[in-house]
Amino acid sequence: MALNSKIPSGPLEKKWETAKKEMKLVNPANKRKYTVIVVGTGLAGASCSASLGEMGYNVLSFCFQDSPRRAHSIAAQGGINAAKNYQNDGDSVYRLFYDTIKGGDFRAREANVYRLAEVSANIIDQCTAQGVPFAREYGGTLANRSFGGAQVSRTFYARGQTGQQLLLGAYSALSRQIAAGTVKHRSRSEMLELIVIEGRARGIVTRDLVTGKIESHLADAVILATGGYGNVFYLSTNAKGSNATAAWRAHRKGAFFANPCYTQIHPTCIPKSGDYQSKLTLMSESLRNDGRIWVPKKKGDTRSPDQIPEDERDYYLERIYPSYGNLAPRDVSSRQAKYRCDEGLGVGPSGLGVYLDFAQSIQRLGQKVIAERYGNLFEMYEKITGENPYQVPMRIYPAVHYAMGGLWVDYNLQSNLPGLFVLGEANFSDHGANRLGASALMQGLGDGYFVIPYTIGDYLASAPRGGIDAKNPAVQAAEKEAVSRAEKLLAVNGKRSVDSFHRELGTVMWENVGMARSKESLEKALKRIPEIRDEFWKNVKVTGTGAELNQELEKAGRVADFLEFGELLAWDALQRNESCGGHFRVEYATPDGEAQRNDADYAYVAAWEWKGEGQRQVLNKEPLVYENIKLATRSYK
Amino acid sequence: MRLTLDIWRQKNGADAGRFETYSVEANEHQSFLEMLDVLNQDLIGQGKEPVAFDSDCREGICGMCGFLVNGVPHGPENNTTICQTHMRHFHDGQRLRLEPWRAAAFPVLRDLVVDRTAFDRIIQAGGYVSVRTGSAVDSNAMLVQKNAADRAMTAAACIGCGACVAACPNAAAALFTGAKITQLGLLPQGQPERIDRALNMVAQYGKEGFGHCTLIGECEAVCPAKIKLEVIARMNGDFVKAVFSKRAEESAGGAG
Repeated sequence: MALNSKIPSGPLEKKWETAKKEMKLVNPANKRKYTVIVVGTGLAGASCSASLGEMGYNVLSFCFQDSPRRAHSIAAQGGINAAKNYQNDGDSVYRLFYDTIKGGDFRAREANVYRLAEVSANIIDQCTAQGVPFAREYGGTLANRSFGGAQVSRTFYARGQTGQQLLLGAYSALSRQIAAGTVKHRSRSEMLELIVIEGRARGIVTRDLVTGKIESHLADAVILATGGYGNVFYLSTNAKGSNATAAWRAHRKGAFFANPCYTQIHPTCIPKSGDYQSKLTLMSESLRNDGRIWVPKKKGDTRSPDQIPEDERDYYLERIYPSYGNLAPRDVSSRQAKYRCDEGLGVGPSGLGVYLDFAQSIQRLGQKVIAERYGNLFEMYEKITGENPYQVPMRIYPAVHYAMGGLWVDYNLQSNLPGLFVLGEANFSDHGANRLGASALMQGLGDGYFVIPYTIGDYLASAPRGGIDAKNPAVQAAEKEAVSRAEKLLAVNGKRSVDSFHRELGTVMWENVGMARSKESLEKALKRIPEIRDEFWKNVKVTGTGAELNQELEKAGRVADFLEFGELLAWDALQRNESCGGHFRVEYATPDGEAQRNDADYAYVAAWEWKGEGQRQVLNKEPLVYENIKLATRSYK
Repeated sequence: MRLTLDIWRQKNGADAGRFETYSVEANEHQSFLEMLDVLNQDLIGQGKEPVAFDSDCREGICGMCGFLVNGVPHGPENNTTICQTHMRHFHDGQRLRLEPWRAAAFPVLRDLVVDRTAFDRIIQAGGYVSVRTGSAVDSNAMLVQKNAADRAMTAAACIGCGACVAACPNAAAALFTGAKITQLGLLPQGQPERIDRALNMVAQYGKEGFGHCTLIGECEAVCPAKIKLEVIARMNGDFVKAVFSKRAEESAGGAG
């Protein structure tokens, strides 16, 4: 099937303007006649619901957490990028665009990324106006810090809690609309099915996580802002509840899944400490502004870090990438950490760790300044590890963090399934094969505040409105599917817990489809995943019933979907015979171990089409056309 | 280390609930919730129902986790969520009592899980700045003193977990409500709606069934976000000002 990305014609810097000019509008009095479903209340979902509600649409909002304020955007630490050029250091919309395209290893769409850079400045203004307490200079203006993959200082922040503050800003805007009655919100409600009527997304089926009641909700368009799929690896920096079910259910109803193999491994996370580990904790990339990463030069050096003299340390990022140093992008930094540990230079009890050292910055700036910049992160580190990072270097190791891949969308953020829109991490559109730090918050809010309010109107203006009810056979079928799936999970009554399957899947994914992938490892994963899935459906034990608050049943549904999704991720990684960004195939590396792209054969978006249970999915390709930039070898040296 | 846990088990809101006793082997590197994960795996293995408890980010920022450990919200570590509390702070042979937040405004849904939607409704009553998407001015067009921005941030750090309510003998939500009122009250953006915000949020707080604040300070002692009692004073100040200025407005009304 040919994919129409609907990228407007004309010069890059005029495309969004042209698109807005040509879009159809829904007049103010008619907006309330349209119902729009928004699933998820993270940065993308909450900003979208708040904006659409305020415009007059009738919005139905859902989240699985106990409050919209809990969405995992809240855990983002370091900051949000914007091309404000407040620092007068040479930033511009073009530079942010270029950095993002390059950071994504030339696997993102030019037009989408340029628009993101264009709206970035508006996002900061919007958040400031909402009362988001961004860090300020003494003169009262906004402060900036530097982040990976950029040579300008364009990251706005609120201590180490930027995601929290931006999310609470969007949540407050959403709360205002809930009070005004334009948004009807349901917490502890999980989407289990997408309802498709006459080829269009027209509703969802949810399960009330308190009562177990399965219900249908109908609308004129459905927007998914349901986050990423990092938890397919079991251990990741994602929240425990983060899952791919909404996206996967939509995929099974016809929405294409794009570039699932692009998974970001974040370089600075607290290393795993044992088999009981339930998640990994990120230490913000912003720490690399003042922290220096190193390993001992000597293998098996068991001296405590302060006993290792300067000339016996390898500050490997500074050595290999002198111009970006410790602020090399995430994929590059993660890979280098892995190489050091593979060489036997890793530190800590497991040998899977490198030092992130603040001693020199503390000496230069004083502990007070460091505490002001990163105090809460240092505290968090100490709570988890029992070590004081003001005195001993942090130990860090890469961990799964972000999903660049997601449901395929066109320029208007609409999937190939009409009426289904996908925002934020849940879509694939803006980060190519690797996302730069502080760009996820930008994309989530850009999509929700400044893109979807325009593009949804264009769709609704010519889409069918209303005219469906709960008796529709498609609604009944979707509801039945959700009910019977829950019944099936409960009926297995086997011997193994849901978590044990999730861990097993995660181990297979991490070892074979993780930081380094090969044809051999991927084929191994592709053999193992269906076996685990088969055993799951024969031997899983889900306690309790469907008609109550049942966390095991919630997890079981999500893991069942991960067991299907993980296979697609591995397929995608296997077909992409190149290395790019977060997708690293050991067969395709330069002599110095960097990713070796193959632009002639793989400069495309891989969009996978569901063909039915037990069928191989079909690969559709959207060629990536670069009209404005030259494809270059990505170098941070 | 081996621990004995007395855990509150309650099937749903209608069930009376009771404590049940469990024994679990823990390890000092585990987080408290990972210790409960291990217990739940044991229970599932025995065909029993695991203990329901809320958690999501497990990094101390989402505010979803929380229960009482020996009567103290989020357990013995000061200013730390239970997900960030590690077992190295406990010792072999210890007996711990785990129960849900106890407050009329937070009904128990199951075991250690409570309904905190009352907090959402307090924010809906006025915990925002009314600014239309797309109509904001340039951020640097409005200067904010660094000190005010820093103090607003300190108040804005509230994670909405409900520990303040659980710690308070009156089950007051003053620290939570005061934190939002303080954040917005310290910033120029929050000024136009400051009066109505105080009145409406405090009114909603009352409707939800939270108790009055008598400045005992238990809330500050347990708050994982280190919100200070000062925010309650600021809330009270705004509320008093609001009551009087509204009265003046009403008497002026009608003049035409």
